[in-house]
Amino acid sequence: MKSFTYQRPASVHEAVAAVHAIPGARFIAGGTNLLDLMKVHVETPSHLVDVNRLGLDRIEPTPDGGVRIGALVRNADLATDERVRRDYALLSRAIVAGASGQLRNKATTAGNLLQRTRCPYFYERAMACNKRTPGSGCAALEGHSHNLAILGASAHCIATHPSDMAVAMRALDARVETVGADGVARTIPIAALYLPPGSTPHVETSLRRAEMITAVTLPPPCGGIHVYRKVRDRASYAFATVSVALIAHPGNGAAGASRLAFGGLAPAPWRREAAEALSGAASPDDLADIILAGAQPTAQNAYKLALVRRTLSASLAQAAHIQSEGARR
Amino acid sequence: MHDTYSTRLIVNGKESTLALDPAVTLLDALRDDLDLTGTKKGCDHGQCGACTVLVNGRRINSCLSLAVMHDGDAITTIEGIGQPGQLHPMQAAFIRHDGFQCGFCTPGQICSALAVLDELRRDVPSHASDDLLAIAPTDAELRERMSGNLCRCGAYPNIIDALRSVALEQA
Repeated sequence: MKSFTYQRPASVHEAVAAVHAIPGARFIAGGTNLLDLMKVHVETPSHLVDVNRLGLDRIEPTPDGGVRIGALVRNADLATDERVRRDYALLSRAIVAGASGQLRNKATTAGNLLQRTRCPYFYERAMACNKRTPGSGCAALEGHSHNLAILGASAHCIATHPSDMAVAMRALDARVETVGADGVARTIPIAALYLPPGSTPHVETSLRRAEMITAVTLPPPCGGIHVYRKVRDRASYAFATVSVALIAHPGNGAAGASRLAFGGLAPAPWRREAAEALSGAASPDDLADIILAGAQPTAQNAYKLALVRRTLSASLAQAAHIQSEGARR
Repeated sequence: MHDTYSTRLIVNGKESTLALDPAVTLLDALRDDLDLTGTKKGCDHGQCGACTVLVNGRRINSCLSLAVMHDGDAITTIEGIGQPGQLHPMQAAFIRHDGFQCGFCTPGQICSALAVLDELRRDVPSHASDDLLAIAPTDAELRERMSGNLCRCGAYPNIIDALRSVALEQA
């Protein structure tokens, strides 16, 4: 790692002020992604502001019947919270589909949302990467793109967002609470958190400099049957090639998808509300046509087009099976 | 000379105060500053699990954590779990079931295994949980929960045998 200085602030305001004041300063939470990237010199912060002990590790009910998840709640604790397991099973399922037990104990809610892509060219400093070194090009376009994006990418970057948790958060209409460098709080719908790569793939989110996520809120539970189905290159501890987050409500027609979001396909969780609106009368293939509209796969990842259809069909069948069994999941 | 930060660690019940460069990982502090070399450095990127230790009772990859961030934390390494002649039941089970060959991954496997049984008791769900509200220690659960610990000798079936036997002893 490049050398850096370290600070443990006493408050959120002190934390954002420090990151704002010191060039090259970064927040550190669980550190499982940031430290990994620092070891390969892809991230080279001059100063780390440790936000672990600011009391942002609680899960609380909100007045409207939803839940507020502190930014520093560990992934394992969020997946284990009884309300989450009961009312937001999709979120629990998505979290435990990702990483390992050790990593989930350390990784945080906000850190998971803000983790960087695992595109191999982003990690390899000898290769061109517009996300790591703006203007250097994208070696992935002609390179190993097996697990890179088929949707929402650009001629400058085809990286995917690697999170499973964020896919469930997107399906659940999560909102991200932040505090800016000026100390002012605001709320960002998760749909507006991630920016399309366009010609500036190094600008990944709508967060401003030194703006800190303090919590993520979920609206009141929406009921239904929750399925998170993940396809990957091995049975455990691997990033998704395709994942489906599905909430199905009985009586919502043959396909029955009232919420539908996908991972492994795009620079952000991929959701097309038009498919959900159609769901009652639509076949799985009709839904997939909407989801996949505008796809631009490479020769190496065109397999994802078929895999999306099959994984969606399997997820809908799984939801129908759970419904017929009357089982709780 | 870089800035150093005074960091108090309680490792295996013994308190130490170290003056650390902030770039020192918990793994390197344990091995290089405290001479506790039971915890192994495999990949140094959180992929292999050889560096697994318990921090305040929970398993983490010590390679992906800065020691300065653990000021005041209680850390348990393999040296704090058992000793020759006074093995922890999990260590005895690994021997009984032939749960290792070269042994390099074993300290991490054993720390992880103890945490797995604790997580099952605390109803922490996994990808193998059929019902999020009724979690049972099936073999599928044990295998899934140990996926963050690689064993290049391929002792996996015997590692699961060891976990199952300790889980049954504790039941």
